[in-house]
Amino acid sequence: MGFEIGHRVRSRAQVSRGHTRLPSYLQCREGCVVGVLGAYPFPDDRAHNSTNARTEALYTVEFQLGDHAVRADLFEPYLEAST
Amino acid sequence: MSTLHDHEHSAAVSRRVKALIARLEDAGITTEAQLDSVVESFLTHARPENGYRVVARAWTDPDFKARLLADANAAVAEIGVDLSHWAPVKLRVVENTPRTHNLIVCTLCSCYPIALLGPSPSWYKSEAYRARAVSEPRAVLREFGIELPDDTQIIVWDSTAEARYMVLPQRPAGTEHLGEAELAALVTRNGLIGTALV
Repeated sequence: MGFEIGHRVRSRAQVSRGHTRLPSYLQCREGCVVGVLGAYPFPDDRAHNSTNARTEALYTVEFQLGDHAVRADLFEPYLEAST
Repeated sequence: MSTLHDHEHSAAVSRRVKALIARLEDAGITTEAQLDSVVESFLTHARPENGYRVVARAWTDPDFKARLLADANAAVAEIGVDLSHWAPVKLRVVENTPRTHNLIVCTLCSCYPIALLGPSPSWYKSEAYRARAVSEPRAVLREFGIELPDDTQIIVWDSTAEARYMVLPQRPAGTEHLGEAELAALVTRNGLIGTALV
């Protein structure tokens, strides 16, 4: 597990039933890892479990949307390797 | 949205905040005095002038600029911007170039580098800006008076997680003779969000 800069990834569909920091407009899209930010408490877990949330790796992922790029910071469970 | 609606909405929010404070006080989690001191600290330390100074230093000191782009938290501390009043966040500064224009948004809520820029403008929190910044940034920029060349790449940074973003605008042409304080006076808050060129 773990992505590196330059890896192609695909964002998943809805990952959690409750709180999430994966915006719906960035679900199920092909992107590219452009930054590796470290490990942070996973918001989808922290929302329900504030004192003992699990940590997950956080990446900056670039998506091409028409004539511009959008970069977002996405946690590892939101992503899968793209083939 | 009508003024009446705004008023009702803000009264509802205000009631909810009061109820929350009462519950937090009852539970022994915080006090009114603690909250007042947080707000006072917020208003004293969170000023866009912090961001203007950071930009002016980056324009005049290439080594500082390199450190700022690599590790903004450490670099802003060098020039006395004190982040200790804030929840720990990772600051990231992204540089505009002749080929690239950066724009900051938070589509999920209203994440914003408060310590560097002060409280965010109301349009930054509007649903229209949050939706359109990622879907049609060129049109949004045009409405802010920015017409970018067709071959300028636009990068929109959606603050979805732990990092807070600030734009480093391009230094305007013809400012070679200006000192750091004069340069800082040229910078605007919108320039640091990406909705102005400087």
